[in-house]
Amino acid sequence: MAQYAVLIFEHETPGGPSPELLEAHGRLPERIADQGGRVLAGLALEPSGTATAIRGDLITDGPFIETKEAMAGVFVLEARDLDHALALAALTPIANGGVEVRPLTGFGVM
Amino acid sequence: MSGVEEAVAEAHRREWAYVLAATVRVTRDIDAAEEAVQDAYVQALSTWESSGVPDRPGAWLTTVARRRALNTMRRGLTLTEKLPLLLVPEETEMTVPAEPIPDDRLRLIFTCCHPALGQEAQVALTLRLVCGVATPDIAQAFLVPDATMAARLTRAKKKIAAARIPYAVPDAAALPERLDAVLTVIHLLYATGHTAPSGSSLVRDDLTTRAMDLARMLLLLLPADREVTGLLALLLAHHARRTTRTDATGRLLRLEEQDRSLWDRAMIAESDRLVVAALSAGPPGRFSLQAAIAALHAEAATYEATDWSQILTLYDALLRVWPSPVVALNRAVAVSMVTGPAAALAEVERLEEKGRLAGYRYLPATKADLLSRLGRHAEAAEAYRAALALSDNAAEQDFLVERLRSAQPTS
Repeated sequence: MAQYAVLIFEHETPGGPSPELLEAHGRLPERIADQGGRVLAGLALEPSGTATAIRGDLITDGPFIETKEAMAGVFVLEARDLDHALALAALTPIANGGVEVRPLTGFGVM
Repeated sequence: MSGVEEAVAEAHRREWAYVLAATVRVTRDIDAAEEAVQDAYVQALSTWESSGVPDRPGAWLTTVARRRALNTMRRGLTLTEKLPLLLVPEETEMTVPAEPIPDDRLRLIFTCCHPALGQEAQVALTLRLVCGVATPDIAQAFLVPDATMAARLTRAKKKIAAARIPYAVPDAAALPERLDAVLTVIHLLYATGHTAPSGSSLVRDDLTTRAMDLARMLLLLLPADREVTGLLALLLAHHARRTTRTDATGRLLRLEEQDRSLWDRAMIAESDRLVVAALSAGPPGRFSLQAAIAALHAEAATYEATDWSQILTLYDALLRVWPSPVVALNRAVAVSMVTGPAAALAEVERLEEKGRLAGYRYLPATKADLLSRLGRHAEAAEAYRAALALSDNAAEQDFLVERLRSAQPTS
């Protein structure tokens, strides 16, 4: 099995994520397990307005990279290969945005 | 070239994909397999000289390449690589197997054309890995520096390994979409060779030949697939007419000006047989429909005698399965032949308003042609000038300049 980070990007809304969306996220690990994958870890982030960036000595308000869709969270999943990982990552509940799937280094053991 | 050199060159063209695909399966590392296969071809030059060309060159080369790759791997040279090994879903044979060696060419093609790779990378990988074209030759075909093409290939191969793009044929559910990506790459290769979007009048024959070989190989591997059948039919219908696209001086000729007696009738007949097979097996896809249109053009005795209403019907069907503005533009030409240039012009102007074809040189060129058929020469000249500004191909520019000259009132 290989490991991938799934980075979640969402268009931020003033009220934050809806209860339905949060509930759907809660069910995600089980749905992924049903399809032969595994969620190893997950992090949900506060809105990007709460972020603080550090570049050298300079501290600035806001995220490191300003984007229309802000990074909202990340989880690590285990999958057979990229096709499997993409199928699993596609299960991520998304309101208005998308995900990026990135292989993790250091897990190249067959 | 000596007999043996010719045999090796022939085996390179015909067997490269087979040999590499079978070798990748044991190395699970594309670079290691490529190197072993190169070595096997070098060894063939000397061995075949002394002991004769084997009955099955592909099997001979595969056995040698696999043995070389395994020896290298045993010496630990490959396993020190940082990148993970390629994922081959089935049990991997670690010894040189007895015949027959399984045909892994489909795995190789689907890996090269995986949607997680950019289309430029898919095209480059297919030429390098499936066709065995040397990197500098690929660079030349796509008019980029050697180093750029080498970096593009390295980056793509790194992604295949690091992201674990599987070395596998997609399952039935994913197959149609994944196959469409493969067909698109082959069609793009052909189109690049055929129209040479920039540079001098040189038609990049090698690319068109490679694309034809690929389409034939794919049909051999997936004989029941309608769209694969359609793609080969489409390429054949274009290829049959390739020598008449320009005159002796390299000037582009319009379809109505081409000498139809020079078209390759055997190729057109083969295309026609494939079109019939592709269309009779179920609802046709975009390649089958394009092939049917190209075949109707190829079979017509003259431009005027072309079955335009049938072509228009096919364009309507094509637009339904593939709602692309480029298809809509081509459909407008058929409309002009069935209903007349005024109706076609209205459609082209609607497309122009939508703006999705901004920068597409065939839109003003088509519009110009319709305007001049309507006798609106000043507007036609303006449209030709717009097309000219968008073209970067010398033969095409000459063609447009000439059209512009004939559209302008003689002074």
